[in-house]
Parts: sequence; C-alpha cells; structure tokens
Amino acid sequence: MKLSRKWLSEFVTVDANDKQFAEAMTLSGSKVEVTEDLGAGIKNVVVGRIRKMERHPDSDHMWVCRVDVARNEPVQIVTGAWNIHEGDLVPVALHKSTLPGGKKIEKGKLRGVLSDGMLCSLAELGLDERDFPYASITAAALLNDYKPIDPAKPSIPADIQPGHKIFGPVVAARAARVENTGVNLWRVTLTYGESDGPTAVSGVTECQNIHEGDLVAYNTKTNTICTLPDLHAEQREFPHCIPDGIFILHEPCQPGDDIKPVINADDHVVEFEITPNRPDCLSVIGLAREVSATFNAPLTLHEPVVRGGGPGVLTELLDVETPDAALCPRYTARMVRNVKIAPSPKWMRERLRSMGVRPINNIVDITNYVMLEYGQPMHAFDYRYVKGGKIIVRRAENGEALTTLDGSVRKLTENMLVIADDTRAVGLAGIMGGENSEIVDDTVDVVFESANFDGTCIRKTALALGMRTEASAKFEKGLDPLNTLPAVNRACELVELLEAGEVLDGVIDILNYVPQPTVLQLEPEKINALLGTGVPADRMQKILRSLDFGVDGETITVPSWRSDVQRMPDLAEEVARFYGYNNIPVTLQRGETTQGGYSPVQQAERRLGSVCRACGYSEIITYSFISPSCYDKIGWSPDEPLRTSFKILNPLGEDTSIMRTTTLPSMLDILSRNYSYRNKSVRLYEIGRIYLPGGPDGLANEPRMLTLGAYGEGYTFFTMKGAVEALLKELRIDDVRFTACQADPSYHPGRCAGVYAGEKMLGVVGQIHPAVAANYDVDCELYCAELSFEALLEAQGPGAEYRALPRFPAVSRDIAVVCAEEVTVGALEACIRRAGGKLLREVVLFDIYRGQGVAEGSKSVAFSLTLRSDERSITAAEADEEIKDILAALEKELGATLR
Amino acid sequence: MKQQLAKIREEALAAFQTAASAAALDELRVKYLGKKGELTAVLKQMGRLSAEERPVMGQLANDVRAALENALEESSKRLEAAALELRLKAEAVDVTIPGESVSIGHQHPMNIALDELKDIFIGMGFTVMDGPEIELAVYNFDRLNAEEGHPSRDWSDTFYFDTDSRVMLRSQTSPMQVRAMDTMPLPIRIVAPGRVYRKDEVDATHSPMFHQVEGMVIDKGVTMADLKGTLNAVAEKLFGEGTVTRFRPHHFPFTEPSCEMDIQCHKCGGAGCPTCKGEGWIELLGAGMVHPRVLEMSGIDPEVYSGWAFGMGLERTALRRFKIDDLRLIFENDVRFLEQF
Repeated sequence: MKLSRKWLSEFVTVDANDKQFAEAMTLSGSKVEVTEDLGAGIKNVVVGRIRKMERHPDSDHMWVCRVDVARNEPVQIVTGAWNIHEGDLVPVALHKSTLPGGKKIEKGKLRGVLSDGMLCSLAELGLDERDFPYASITAAALLNDYKPIDPAKPSIPADIQPGHKIFGPVVAARAARVENTGVNLWRVTLTYGESDGPTAVSGVTECQNIHEGDLVAYNTKTNTICTLPDLHAEQREFPHCIPDGIFILHEPCQPGDDIKPVINADDHVVEFEITPNRPDCLSVIGLAREVSATFNAPLTLHEPVVRGGGPGVLTELLDVETPDAALCPRYTARMVRNVKIAPSPKWMRERLRSMGVRPINNIVDITNYVMLEYGQPMHAFDYRYVKGGKIIVRRAENGEALTTLDGSVRKLTENMLVIADDTRAVGLAGIMGGENSEIVDDTVDVVFESANFDGTCIRKTALALGMRTEASAKFEKGLDPLNTLPAVNRACELVELLEAGEVLDGVIDILNYVPQPTVLQLEPEKINALLGTGVPADRMQKILRSLDFGVDGETITVPSWRSDVQRMPDLAEEVARFYGYNNIPVTLQRGETTQGGYSPVQQAERRLGSVCRACGYSEIITYSFISPSCYDKIGWSPDEPLRTSFKILNPLGEDTSIMRTTTLPSMLDILSRNYSYRNKSVRLYEIGRIYLPGGPDGLANEPRMLTLGAYGEGYTFFTMKGAVEALLKELRIDDVRFTACQADPSYHPGRCAGVYAGEKMLGVVGQIHPAVAANYDVDCELYCAELSFEALLEAQGPGAEYRALPRFPAVSRDIAVVCAEEVTVGALEACIRRAGGKLLREVVLFDIYRGQGVAEGSKSVAFSLTLRSDERSITAAEADEEIKDILAALEKELGATLR
Repeated sequence: MKQQLAKIREEALAAFQTAASAAALDELRVKYLGKKGELTAVLKQMGRLSAEERPVMGQLANDVRAALENALEESSKRLEAAALELRLKAEAVDVTIPGESVSIGHQHPMNIALDELKDIFIGMGFTVMDGPEIELAVYNFDRLNAEEGHPSRDWSDTFYFDTDSRVMLRSQTSPMQVRAMDTMPLPIRIVAPGRVYRKDEVDATHSPMFHQVEGMVIDKGVTMADLKGTLNAVAEKLFGEGTVTRFRPHHFPFTEPSCEMDIQCHKCGGAGCPTCKGEGWIELLGAGMVHPRVLEMSGIDPEVYSGWAFGMGLERTALRRFKIDDLRLIFENDVRFLEQF
C-alpha cells in the first residue's frame, strides 16, 4: 500500500522526516518497506520564461534562448528543441543542477555559444505524457530540415522555394507569422508564390515546431500544414521534426519557482506492508488513523457533504435486488446525471499518480480516488446500459460470459457473483466492471456502486479467473460494511466539486446484515499478565481511544473497521503496539525446569553423520520430491511396488511431482551433477526421508534412509563396503553379513551385496548398474549404499563394556589355501571360524592370488589367524593342532587345500 | 713389567681416543683387553714375579685394566653419539613438503546452522521434536486458526495430495505446535526443525522446499516479556554478545499479539547499507503469544496456561552465517561448495 505524505497531511499533521516516520510507523505495526522522494533526483531546476529566441549562428538546428529565471539577468541557454516559442514557460536546469537518473547539468559551450544550463523535456524530469497530457508534441515537416535518404535522388529539391509544388495540392510555403492562440494552437500565416505572385493564407495548426521563416509543406486543398505522415516521409528525412521537445508548462507558476511543486515532485510516497488482518489500513484514512495514534497527533476527518438536487427521482430510475444476500451484505448506490466526462484536475491526477493509479477521466478517477482515500472499492456504470433501470447482484450462471473492462472474455460459474441488469451481466462483483457498461466520453448518466461483498467469494473468483485487481485484493480481506455509505457520498461530493455532473438526491442502500459492534471488557491485569508489563489502565484506555475504539470505563466498543479485534489478546496487541513492543521488559523463562535434549533417533543421526564425515563423505541435502521418470531411470520394473508414491496434484512441474520412495535418484542426480562439473573424487552422504503410503490418517510413513554415494580414481566396491562396515561398527551391530545380491536392478549384478544383521536386512551396497549410470550421463563407476536408518537403529548393539586386555601372548599362523573360484572368502572365513576352537581369536584375509602355480579356475586365499588363551600361554604344538583341524575342515567342506 | 704396563696404558688410551668407528674400537679392545691381548700377555708373566712383587704388580695391572675399560666405554659413547648425529642429519626431511592428505567429509552448511540452533535451545531446556512432512491440512491450518478461506490454503500456494485439500505438504513447521500440544504433558518446551514446502519457483532467494525451526513454550504465567528474553538470548548466542534486537508488531493467525524480531545489521550497525537494504535491521523470525483459540482447540485452558511460539527460516540464517549469496547453492550440492564448510 502506497501513501502520499501530501495526501496524508490532509488528515493529520506530522513533523517527522522520512526515516523517523518510517521507523515510528514500523514499530507501531505498519511496516514501511520503502519511502520514495519523488523529487530526490531533481536539484536546482526552476521555471523560466523564454524571452528571446535566435537561430544559432553556427548550427542549422539549434536555438539560442534568453530565459528569464527571475535573476538580475536572463540566462542564455542553447537548445536543439524546436517546439519552444518566445513567451513559453519552461523547466530550466540551471548550472550545477541534477535531474532524475543522476544526470548532472553544468554550463558549457555548444558550437561556440555559451549555454548556462538546459531546458528540460518531460522525460528528463522523470515524467511522461500521462502526467501532463497537454505536453504531447505534434511536429510539422519543415522543408528546411529535409535530408534526402539518397543524396543523388532527393524527393524535394534542395533549392525548393515557396510556391513550388511538391505533389498534388501540396506546395512549399514560408511561415511569415506564427502567433500562439491557445494551448498547443498556433495561427500561422504562410506565403507561397504562385505563377502570378506571392499568395498569403493563414490557418490554425497544432504543430509546435514552426517558427517564422521556416519552410513548410502546405496542402492547398485542405488548408493544413503537412506532418511527416502527411508526406509519407520517414523520420530520418526530417531528423529534427520529432514528436519530442521541451516541456512547455501550463501551470500556475512564475519564473524562478522551484520546479518540484509544479510537477508534484515535492511529495514523498511511503510504501507499507499491510498484514492481511488490517484491510482498513489499505486506505489513506486508515493509515492516517494509525499515524495519528503513533505520533499522538489529532486526526481531522471530513464528513462528505452532497448538495444533490439533480433532475429526477432516484427510486424511479434505479432499482437494486440482492437475491444472494449472504454474498452481498450491503449494496449502496447513488446516481449522477448530465455528466461531463473530462480529465480530472491536476491535484487529483497527481494524487492518483503518486499512489500508483493511472488517471483516466473525472468519473473513473473519482471512483479510484475514493477507493484510495476510504479503502472502499467503487464502481461507476453508464446508466444507459443498465437495461430496465435494474441492478441485480446475483450468482452467475454456469458458462455465462462477460467481457470485462480489460477486454477479456470471462467464462463464469455459479460460484461467482455478478452485477447484472434485467438481461445480462454488466460487471464482475468486486473485481472488475464489464466492457458493456464502461464510462465513455459520451456517458451522460452514471450509477456509483459502493458495495460490500463476501471476501472468500471474491477471492476465489479472482483466483479462478486469474484476475486479482486492486478492488478484489481489498474485498478478499473482508471490508467494513459501514464504509459503503460515506464512500459513495464522498464520490458524489467530488462530482460536485469537479462540476462533473448533477447528483440526484437520495441513496439506494440495501442492508443484508445487522450491524453488531463487538463489545469487550477491558481487563488491564490480564493484559499485563500476558504482556509481562505494568501498563496502567488509563494508559490502555487512552491508546484505544486514539484508535477510535469506544471507551466507556471498562467497556470497549470495537470500531466497525476492526473486525480483527475479538478477544483480550487482540486488545493486548493494540496496547502493546502503542506502549511499544520494545518497552516490554525482557525476562528469562521461569517456571518448572524442563529437561531438554535429543531423542535416541536424533542422537543416532548425529553419530552416523559424524562417522560418514570421518570416512571422508560430505553431507548433501536433496529435494524430497522427484520426477516419476526417476523410477525408470534407476531401472525399476514397471510393477515395482515401491513405485506407488504420494503424488502432488498441483506440483510446480513434473520433475518435482511425486514424493520419493527411494533416495537413490536424489543421490544419483547429485553425483551426476558433480561429475558434469568435472569434480574428480566425490564422496557424499545424506540422511533423508522417504515417503511411503500407508501411514496413519492417510498420511505417509516417513522412514529415514542413510544414503552414501561416491566415485573417483581407485574407488572400488570395497571402498564403499569399508565405509558401511565403519558405520555398522560404530553402532556395534553384531552378526553382520554381506550377501551377493543380483536382484537389485539399480546395481551391477556382480558387485552388489545385501547388508544383513542376522536375518534382518539393513540395506544394500554396490556399484550402480552401468546402464543406470548411463541414464545419469555418467560413464565411470558409481558406488552407492542405501541403509535403512530404522533397521540400523534396531540392530544397534548394547553400549560399550570393557573387556580385560589379553594377559598371555598370542600365537599367529598364516595359512594359504587353494580352492575353486566359486568358493567365497566369506565361506572360507565362516568355515575357519566354525572349525577353530576357543583359542581362535582373529581371522584376517591378507591375500588372494591367481596365476602361476595355481590351477586355472582356482585361487589361493591367505589368512592370518591369531590364537590365544586367557588362562595361559599356549604352546606351538597346541596351535599346530588347532590349525590342522581348521585345514581339515576347509578341505572337507570346501575342497580347499593347503597351498 | 711396570714399564710394559705403563706403555700399554699410554698406547691403548691414545688408540681409543682416535678410533674412528665402533669396529675399529672393537679391534682395539681385542688388541689390548682380549684373551690374547697385550694386557693378558703381560699378566701371564706374573708367575715370574716374587711373592712381594706380585700383589703390587697385580694391583697395578688391575688399575690399568680399569682405566682402559673406562676409556673404552667413553670412546664407545663418543662414537655412538657421532653416529647418531650423522644418522639424524641423513634422515632430515623437507618439512615444507605437504602432509599426506586425510580426507574428512563436511557437514552441510544448513545443518551446521541448524545444529547450532538446536544446541542453544537444548541448553535452555527445550526438547527437539520431529514430525511428518506430509501433513493434514487440519494441523497445518485449521488448528492454527487459519480457517477455510485463508489465502495460504490456496492451491496456488500449497501442495496438495487430494482434491479435498485434506492431505498436503506442510507449508510451515507450525503444525508441530499442535502435535506437541496433543501429545506432550504440560509444561511444554519444544523446538521442531524440518523441511517445509511452498509453491515458489526456484530462484536466488526461493525454493519450493526449505527448512524452518519452530519453537513453543506453554506453561502457567508465560508472558511476552519471556518471549523477548528467550529470543534475545538466542540472538546473542547466534550472532554474538551485545547483538541488538528489536520487536515489531506483525500478524500471524495463530499468535496474538504477534511480532517479528529484527537484529541490527552487523555490517552497518543500523545506519543502513546494502546488506540490510538500507533499513539498518535484518528480519530474523516471527513470533507471538499462542492464540487462545489455538490453545482451546488443543484442550488447553487459556485462562490457566499461556505460551509463546516462534518460527524461523533456516536457509536465510545459514546464508547469512556463511555469507552465501544464492539459495540454489544449498540444494545444488557441488562438492566444491560443500568442502568450504
């Protein structure tokens, strides 16, 4: 919400600069986003009157002007603009001045002639033609400016003289006299020689660039001076005859005046962030009330006074029905006849512009002005298009069409509210009027609507049609139904002030609800108990009074525009806002001490994270939603049950449309991205959730997964397995098994293992299937592990317990056995452990050999065995006996023989 | 004989002194003190001496032996020391050669910031709570006083899983307030961090998934002054002692009074600079006193209990903490980014 401080000052006077104002308002609850000084860029620019103009002695297009700026001497300024004339009031950027955009003006010489500043165009002042419609420029085609496109073939000869024919009825003529006869109107006397001597004519033109002595193209048939389009000429043929130039002021101002007030650049516009509970602050008056309470400055409100007396009887001309009372709590209307559509006055245009609204015409501007001032959206209909003199506020019919003011055809549904006449919809209630009843230049009779509509209905309609307007944005927050009458009266008052029409007596006012003010008891001790303050009751009353709450002792009547205030804490907030949030004391939490901390799950999460990092893996965070195509990319079969995912019905896009049931695609995405960035060695982990259907209340089960992913030179299956083993060890998980797994389609069938604690599967580890890696545009070996966080936690072993250190020396024996390729190291190891007696303490693989000395299809596997007793030193013989048993078992069970 | 001994002594001592290596020294030992050494050879002549001379000579010979042994020991030590010195010299390394690299992984910056916050709150007696991300609209909205018609419920803002708008991706961690009130005994002090989801396109400051931390205290006699005190303490722990804060009125459907907390810009000290967009203050979090209707809906009597709650965006805190200028980096997970933390 923008607020013009000039407009604000009509209601409350505040002595505070922009920074002080912004800070105070922010701290009382109206957050200021930014303050714009409309004239911030303009310095040392004044009004000047052109006293004398002479052509530049050394230029074919510049003028040397003597400009009166109310100094002892006129200043001399050189300009290339052609639309100025002696006597014009113009903006003058003096020596050492600045213009919007940071442009600095200093005196200097232009082709040897001193220029003591610059005359300004609209654009140079940061304005455009919407601010000053009269400043638009029409240019005649001046023959003395003609530059042929092809110098060899000029369309107009260089030596053309008055009277020479150009084409058809168009001849060259010289401007003998140029007299100003009104805003943008000149009487030009032309001479052009005909065969029998010079002929003089005179006519009125809007072209502003003609001066005495100029050669123009004159159409003898239409008695007009030709513009470029008339001659079918291109701009480059007449480089200086452009629709641009100096801003000629037609404002009540004098030479020497500061330009800023003249062009309303002395206003400061404050932009507020208004929270949705305060629609009353979406208005100048609403904010003025907050300003008044914040600065403790009196608020001067104005009661609209309408003289009325327009011809006719309102009730005979207009009838209003509101069949759907719930959606239209109040409908207020008045009528204006014999309207004269015209631009609104400058002050009104300026105020609209400063708050970001484009001026259109007096009637439309009045509705916008009242909306800004009162916060009550209004609409003006052309009465002649309200068929049957009847306005019906009804639900649209399904499929009913309406062309709105923006020219779009809208297909409506029965959930939308329209303003209709006897036969058709003429407006979309609370959002936008219909094109069929728009105010146009020849509108004669106008109906002003000032209504209150159901906020939710307006919001849903605006959303469904994709047309959130200034009006709908206000209605959707729920407006004060009591505001419709003062607003419509204010509009009629402005009509009379602008002499824009005759207001009829009387008001049509349909009330579909019973106004019931909220009455609360002021409970100062409860308010203080909630805030932790000791604000006296009378201070509370004063604060509430300053906000126009009715205060009668302890009885508080909430004003109609404050429907957000319903209970004690709401009053407490009002008190706190103006007592000052920052004056509330600062205390530490008292009461019963509570034991804070992490749950066991959270603790495990932290522990596993730190093991991952110790192993060199960095943490990633990935989106919980993925693309359904991810399941194909990781090679899942079409009937994989885990494909059943929570599906977002309104996703941002296909790529983020389902909740992942596996973290693998997320990890692969990140590995792939790093690979494409040419990051050489990458080790990553994520502890993140998956979302499985079947949770309570139709929600998901959201188990956590610990996912590892890596690639890089020298990285193998066993590197990843090592990290997984480190994690399992951290959790003291017993009875760990890795079993070859060929069934997981995402993994290399020969390099993938299921991870088990006993019979419980914890997850999977392996190399990503090359085909899957290729789907992610990676042509190196990717390794991943997916571990169920919950399963890990369940398999977690008991806490650490000290075991006595060995007191007797150990005997170590290395054995190497030759066995068939198919026999796994795991099987050999398991066999050794089974066969070894109590003395066998450790079995460590240290070599696998294939090649010379070992038959094809066989391998030699070497283990280092450690034997030890807790009671005594064992003898070599004992150890040898033990090894003999082990070797026997290996040979018998697995056909592995000592090498 | 006496002269022989004296000669041996003199020669041997001189020889020991000049021995250049342990081997040479050992040779000398054999030469003088060995079984076939010179001293032994002299002693073998003892038999020819008279009974009177023998003890005297014996004494003398023992003195010589002792002197030689001492000298031998000394020389051996000298040689050892010299050898050690040589070895150390030979073993010297160029200490400027880089160490063997140990690669340790890095925690994600978002979680570093989150862990800091969690630790601060745990220290104040808060319990860290987890909850579902796929959430019922009842918890995310209705029970938080954002009833049917509240704009944040629109399909343009929130992700839904069913046409009845019943099951959704939580748009805030605030439903954890309700879940805490429904499941925990009073008094309650919780923080609940987690992922939240809103329908925002990805850009430098927006992401459809981001993280929040919710916090809530419910007890008898809890005041807005307590809210200020606790959150001020948090700000000081997060941003350093003496961090200046301010509280501004704001609006949330589930708190009343509501506020936003700003910290004074650390860059400009409040004067206004690009970091704080000229405001001098940086918004940190939203908070307020738990709305009585929210308490009532959870079966807690607002006449007896009161509470306060806050919610803060984690990404913004992490970004500020590590001076990261683009939110997209957080979810891109480029190792060159991750390794910086």
